[in-house]
Amino acid sequence: MTSFLKPKIRRHNEPLNELGLARVDYEGNMSTLCAGCGHDSVTAAIVRAFYELSIPPHRALKISGIGCSSKTTSYFMNDSHGANTVHGRMPSFATGALSANNDLPTIGISGDGDSLSIGLGQMAHAMRRNVNMLYMLENNGVYGLTKGQFSASADLGSLPKKGDPNEFPAIDPVAFALSVGATFIARSFSGDRKQLVSLIKAGLKHKGFAIIDVISPCVSFNDHKGSTKSYAHTYEFYSKAVHADYIAPSQEIVAAYDEGEVMPVELHDGGYIQLRKLDADYDPTDRGAAFNRVMDSERKNEILTGLLFIDEKQPDLHETQNMEARPLNEIPYTELNPGADALSALQAEFR
Amino acid sequence: MSGPGLNDFVIKIGTVNGTGSASANGLLMKSIFRMGIPVVGKNVFPSNIQGLPTWYEIRVSGDGHAGRSGEVHMMVAMNQATYDQDLAELATGGVLLYDSTWPRPQLENRPDVTVIGVPLMKMCNEVVKAARSRILMKNMAYVGAVAALVDIDLAVIRSLIEETFAAKAKLIDSNMVAVKLGYDYVKSHYDCPLRFRVAALDKTKGKVMIDGNTAASLGCVYAGATFGAWYPITPSTSLMDGFVKYCKKLRVHEESGKNKFCIIQAEDELAAAGLIIGAAWNGARAFTPTSGPGISLMSEWIGFAYYTEIPVVFFDIQRTGPSTGMPTRTQQCDIQTTAYASHGDTKHIVLYPSDPNECFDFAVRSFDLAERFQTPVFFLSDIDLGMNDWMVDELTWDDNYVPDRGKVVTKDDLDKMESFSRYLDVDGDHIPYRSLPGTDPKGAYFLRGSGHNAHARYTELGHEYQEIVDRLLAKWESAKTAVPAPIVQKAAGSTRYGMIAIGTSDAAATEARTRLEADGMPVDYMRVRAFPFTDEVEAFIADHEEVFVVEQNRDAQLLNLLLTETNAAREKLIPVLHYSGEPLNYRFVCDALMKRIKLRKIA
Ligand SMILES: Cc1ncc(C[n+]2csc(CCOP(=O)(O)OP(=O)(O)O)c2C)c(N)n1
Ligand code: SF4
Repeated sequence: MTSFLKPKIRRHNEPLNELGLARVDYEGNMSTLCAGCGHDSVTAAIVRAFYELSIPPHRALKISGIGCSSKTTSYFMNDSHGANTVHGRMPSFATGALSANNDLPTIGISGDGDSLSIGLGQMAHAMRRNVNMLYMLENNGVYGLTKGQFSASADLGSLPKKGDPNEFPAIDPVAFALSVGATFIARSFSGDRKQLVSLIKAGLKHKGFAIIDVISPCVSFNDHKGSTKSYAHTYEFYSKAVHADYIAPSQEIVAAYDEGEVMPVELHDGGYIQLRKLDADYDPTDRGAAFNRVMDSERKNEILTGLLFIDEKQPDLHETQNMEARPLNEIPYTELNPGADALSALQAEFR
Repeated sequence: MSGPGLNDFVIKIGTVNGTGSASANGLLMKSIFRMGIPVVGKNVFPSNIQGLPTWYEIRVSGDGHAGRSGEVHMMVAMNQATYDQDLAELATGGVLLYDSTWPRPQLENRPDVTVIGVPLMKMCNEVVKAARSRILMKNMAYVGAVAALVDIDLAVIRSLIEETFAAKAKLIDSNMVAVKLGYDYVKSHYDCPLRFRVAALDKTKGKVMIDGNTAASLGCVYAGATFGAWYPITPSTSLMDGFVKYCKKLRVHEESGKNKFCIIQAEDELAAAGLIIGAAWNGARAFTPTSGPGISLMSEWIGFAYYTEIPVVFFDIQRTGPSTGMPTRTQQCDIQTTAYASHGDTKHIVLYPSDPNECFDFAVRSFDLAERFQTPVFFLSDIDLGMNDWMVDELTWDDNYVPDRGKVVTKDDLDKMESFSRYLDVDGDHIPYRSLPGTDPKGAYFLRGSGHNAHARYTELGHEYQEIVDRLLAKWESAKTAVPAPIVQKAAGSTRYGMIAIGTSDAAATEARTRLEADGMPVDYMRVRAFPFTDEVEAFIADHEEVFVVEQNRDAQLLNLLLTETNAAREKLIPVLHYSGEPLNYRFVCDALMKRIKLRKIA
């Protein structure tokens, strides 16, 4: 089998973005995932977000690990450079790629297996380095591609399709990210396209490490009764805390909501993320408070979603490394060569 | 055999690590070098920060031999815990110098050596107050004692001390006072100098004393590497230390103060490999320094980079394995690993430098080869080469050098193309074109470690898969003509014997060859400098009846690689294996070869 190119069919009167591109221009190969897989909905949300932000596809990077979720990098934006790397190691590859050229908006795609078991270390270190990327953790509680074993995000007591209930507590990517230092932390659901698209847009515009933990049910191995990552369970326990909208620099903030509910966070590009708090007590700029709230909702079996934490002030990796604005891969060799005289001079200490 | 004699002897200093003896030993070696006499320094140190035995061996070789001799003629025994061992190692006719503040009559029980007692600590205690300074001064005092015994010029020592403490003038005098303590005591109590001693020569002009890691780090800078990632591991760490140092010095934008490089200390070797592969995919020259255990961890990524054709450079500074082994001792034990690192069918380009000058040169070439052939390249060094100072010709640079970036398509190129296929062999040379992210939509392609065809599309079709892996093999084979060719030292007349070595086995092999020839046992010698083996390698084996393969590991890794990759007959290749963790010495090679050659003559 070879991969299928999806024919690009542009409909008459199709809406175009600022670049004159239609949504199909952000699409990729035909998905080979199971019909109904949550990951396909996430892919659709990604297409929409890049399209709405008018990001030129060839100026974006899409990088993934290994798993059904990680396959999806080839199902969007065929005009972008993409990389399907090795299991659990997407963060290091992405960090290296961004170090060579920080000008390219970068989306990393991973699964709960890819991120929370084999890849937990790399994910943690990308967070603490505040690498300027959006990290999508498509979370279904199982290893889809190896046919349904529990992953580290499976909840204690969650039932498998057959066999014994899960015996170990889950690693919650949101609580983990809060403790390790990610600067944009959100949770969403593949079934909530609207929320997901706004979070992806905000995450792409955030300068630093943004993670979205997306509950993305696996219809083949973890969508049955007794599973806590099924569609039905997620719909039932879904709770929204903070809604986030990206407002471009040219747009105005509209104060259509009650005071106290709306909170603008200024971004590096001059735009804003407008936070709409559905829960007046929530302060998404306070790491400690966010952590307490997340723990609290876990106790109540609530699936707390929205932009749960944001800190726009931390320097990203590029800044901590004191790197030039110009990408490394564009610096001409003439500027990198110290020359023969310098070599001779610096050898004085070896004589 | 060699020494001891004028400008031809070995001094070994036994101390305790963490006591600051390294600078004293460096001073001794450097002062001999400054007197124009070729010198070799080997540091044998424990995997420990403080309190365990450590040795430093200085070979004075007026003839310019670069390897170890295998004998010790003067032992400076400063560690009471190793007195017995140190005494036993001393050659007949040798001299043992020790600190007689605590007299040790049992040191006298080798009538064939001379024991010289100098009350170093006692003398230092009388003039120095602070405890830590006393220990440091004692080190300088033994430098003085040795200087008196072998006739090292005190003015040279003084000028080196002046350079070291240029910023702290007070220390110059106090150090010289300590040197004089040892010097004067020995002069007034013993007949000086000894029979073996130094006498100024003119053989170090245009030379430098530099270690391989520093030279390789300079190679990375001059090659235009902009991205380095690493996880600390002895003995590779100093390579990255060097890169950091020289980048800070030479690579910071003058006005903005911003860096034109990026160095990341990774969380482990898995990440270090991923980081450089990501950076290289995006067009930066990227590398990682590591050692055997790191290569093991990086293996999955290495296969990925090989199969997806990403140019990256791995510096493997070998140490004694398996596992943690003896992490501060040397070996050539990753020859097989680096040749075929990773799962599946993988074959790599590997360079085998043998001295720091070549480390500099091969570091640059590694990046050129990686980009030309779009594949990982391994630079195989070891702790002996990486961390010891070697006397080599001063490093030089050709300002006309232009990096070989290989086949990278620009936006203009893409505009002219009908379509772009990442893995298509357009030119028939097995090397496809690559595009960098962000260039142009037409250049976009999807990189995957899973089956892919010439158009970089996913495949599970056998013939499409095979087309790619066959091309990879042909590409690797074609690198034969681009890698550094072997160097042959021919015997004066014809001989049935050949010898092959790589890397740091070269110095001992070269010296052994010279000495054997002088003794009427001519041997031709080929130093192999790269994998894949060039055609000369197979021809060299074919031209000789017996070929000694000299290497520093237990399993004859180079020999087996030669068997696998050439048509050589197994019976022809004779292993000469040294794997104690100490750098190879010429006596070991001579003995092994002589035994075989003499046996033949009798038979
Ligand atoms: C080194 C290595 N070990 C094991 C595997 C097998 N493997 C492939 S995908 C996968 C789990 C993927 O799970 P997840 O990331 O949750 O993705 P999903 O398929 O559920 O989307 C595993 C274990 C592998 N590819 N590489
Ligand atoms: S196995 Fe599960 S995760 Fe994988 S494609 Fe099917 S539904 Fe999606």
